[in-house]
Amino acid sequence: MLTFLIRRILYVVPIAIGVTFFVFSLVHLAPGDPLSAVVAGDAPREVVDMLRAAYGFDQPMIVQYLRWVARALSGDLGRSLATGRPVAAEMFAAIGNSVLLAFLAAAIGFTLGAILGGIAGYAQSSWLDKLASLIAILGVSVPHYWLGMVLVILFSVNMNALPAIGIGPAGSAFWLWTRTDWSHAILPAVTLSVIPMGIVTRTVRATVAETLAMEFVQALKAKGLPGHAVLLHVVRNVAPVCLAVMGLQFGYLLGGSILVETVFSWPGTGFLLNDAIFRRDIPMLQGVILVLAMFFVLLNLLVDIVQTLVDPRIRRG
Amino acid sequence: MLIDRRSFLAGTAALAAAYRTSPVHAQGPRILRIGMTATDIPQMTGSPDNGFEGYRFTGYTLFDALINWDLSSAEKASGLVPGLAESWEVNPADKTKWVFRLRRGVKFHDGSDFNADAVVWNYDKLYKRDAPQYDPRQVSLIGFRAPSVHAYRKIDEYTVEISTRVPDSFLPYQVCSILFASPRHWETLGRDWAKFHANPSGTGPFKLASFTPRQRAELVPNPDYWDPRRRPKVERVVLLPLPEPNARTAALLSGQVDWIEQPSPDALPRLRQGGMVITQNGYPHIWSYTLSFIEGSPWRDVRIRKAANLAVDRDGLVELLGGMAVPAKGHVMSASPWFGRPNFEIKYDKAAALRLMQEAGFGPNRPISTKILISASGSGQMLPLQMNEYIQQNLAEIGIRLEFIVVEWQALLDRWRAGARSDMVQGATAVNVSYATQDPFSGFTRFMRGNLHAPTGVNWGFYSDPEMEQLLDAAQNAFTLPELDAGIARVHEKMVNDALFLWVVHDVGPRAMTRRVKGFVQAQNWFQDIAPVTME
Repeated sequence: MLTFLIRRILYVVPIAIGVTFFVFSLVHLAPGDPLSAVVAGDAPREVVDMLRAAYGFDQPMIVQYLRWVARALSGDLGRSLATGRPVAAEMFAAIGNSVLLAFLAAAIGFTLGAILGGIAGYAQSSWLDKLASLIAILGVSVPHYWLGMVLVILFSVNMNALPAIGIGPAGSAFWLWTRTDWSHAILPAVTLSVIPMGIVTRTVRATVAETLAMEFVQALKAKGLPGHAVLLHVVRNVAPVCLAVMGLQFGYLLGGSILVETVFSWPGTGFLLNDAIFRRDIPMLQGVILVLAMFFVLLNLLVDIVQTLVDPRIRRG
Repeated sequence: MLIDRRSFLAGTAALAAAYRTSPVHAQGPRILRIGMTATDIPQMTGSPDNGFEGYRFTGYTLFDALINWDLSSAEKASGLVPGLAESWEVNPADKTKWVFRLRRGVKFHDGSDFNADAVVWNYDKLYKRDAPQYDPRQVSLIGFRAPSVHAYRKIDEYTVEISTRVPDSFLPYQVCSILFASPRHWETLGRDWAKFHANPSGTGPFKLASFTPRQRAELVPNPDYWDPRRRPKVERVVLLPLPEPNARTAALLSGQVDWIEQPSPDALPRLRQGGMVITQNGYPHIWSYTLSFIEGSPWRDVRIRKAANLAVDRDGLVELLGGMAVPAKGHVMSASPWFGRPNFEIKYDKAAALRLMQEAGFGPNRPISTKILISASGSGQMLPLQMNEYIQQNLAEIGIRLEFIVVEWQALLDRWRAGARSDMVQGATAVNVSYATQDPFSGFTRFMRGNLHAPTGVNWGFYSDPEMEQLLDAAQNAFTLPELDAGIARVHEKMVNDALFLWVVHDVGPRAMTRRVKGFVQAQNWFQDIAPVTME
């Protein structure tokens, strides 16, 4: 087990190096001057050059890359071109907000997905299965920015029951455990949960159906095991696949949704990324994408480890 | 248990009522909450970013310039009024030197005195590279707005002199952009502009009460403001960055804000239906094509330029924009003192356009094809894709076929800065960038002067004309307001008579607000004064 863990952790190193390289290259491949977003069209050339030197954009690309990686390793992701504030501070405040939304959306999406998928898998071809499958297809098909706008029109504009924008009335950097702050989170969390709900429903349904058709289930039933005990065996066999899918979905949720966070003006990483893209804020873009990519890599590592604990066959493989 | 329809509606209404009285919606009676289009709270160092919206909300609210804009009237074009300088005059013996007599007794929000030392210190921030407060970022944001400033010095405690390289009557319009931050406060904060942004000190009618980056800034009145007429009437102003137009609309309709900037044209009927007040007024904005005059450009022929100007159905475009625009008659609005009396009238006259094209040797059967750089979105660009497609159809009818090169807004600005001769523009002969015509330099000089050809300036199309140079010289040497207005009007007349741009529309700066907002006067300006606003 220890060897497996060490090997799996060592795999992360080349992946991380690859991620830094791709993040840096992709952002710099975009055409145009990175300073154009913060410098007026007719700003004096010498001032533009001074700023270019101050941000290190006058250096060869490889030097810029190595400096950026060296600084990132020490936790310094540079300063935002657009705001002048440290990227790390801006990003960690935003990540906290996206993580909160991700947990809420995951709680809604995974719970509903597991229930609907389980029911559909158990009651294959019944009307319950068809209903659950329909909900799942709707979940993955409905554009969530559209759903977000519809929910805003219904619950905020027409009923005036829930806030349309923001993380809370206080405008604080952190979400507070109050009724008003909860009310701000409901619509974005529900909107964000529909895709993972659909995907988890479909995965659980397929895996439950497949597992139920396996011989060992027949054998357990033939041995006279009660239904709930059989279900426990099924769940144990279904869990690794579902965990992997949920892990990936949770990774997507953690990355924040540009569209949902923009629709609800939720100050998370998606909102930050959207702003950074439009203002071509290269240090911010690089920092956010790097951290989110590393989040994803680490989450995959975690899922692999948990899967191994749940299913020893993977460890042996 | 089944819930019948009546119970469901009753429950929903109770829920809605509960939330209406919750802290989300129950804001104080005199708190004004504004949804801005900016993605962040604009810089509060006295050098706002986020364009003129930054000046509007964290510039002229927290700070003052030596000369301020008169934003008190919706009926006439905004002029200049004394700000931190009570008076100013050019030295009659040497017209490169201006004397500014400062207002006495003005204090920054931190209690320190505003005086000539503070003026010099703030100018050093922008012009003296070895000054500790020199900040390239602030220079890049506003330094270009005052290109005529050459030197400055303190004459006595309340008098300063600002010099230009050559006589330049446009200077007063440029010093409006330089706002004054407290030197003592900057020292107290450890000489750190980032800390100053989070905790600013100016002389303006509002002070900053709290600030959360990207989420909110709260301003409270400065009870000691030097101009009693502009002491704020509301208890608090809350600024919220809401860049997404639908989010702004929903926030207003659901009662989370009281005022939104730039509602989208599609949302206006719904906002009116929701009982909101829509305000609008013409202001110095122009949506146009800047044309190329380099070899090979079809726009070198004045007949083609005039034909294009006559072929655009501007009334139809205004309808497309939900009425939120004014058809352009030139570079500035016809009510502007700078409009003059041009001989060439810009209007929709397809027959005249076809005649001009025929004279030039072209027409629907022998069309010109040319490339135009446009953006899909951008500050002040209104609805660029729809508007450009509309113009494309109009011009095709007289034999001008436009091929669009669509780039992202910042990429368009890169190409604007590079100039028509640059490879970056991919052979485009016009660029669709909208901008302010608020002051003579940014409205006229920078596009017309031969020494401001790109990339030195933004004379993108490499326009050059000795007669225009003479007219600009004359305007820059007119040191009384009537003479200055007349001088700029002569420049404008020549621009229109020569059809130097393809002018389309002026924006009207739509805003939507609840009926609780009273006393707002939408000036004919990019900036607006929120100090007189009250909340019922």
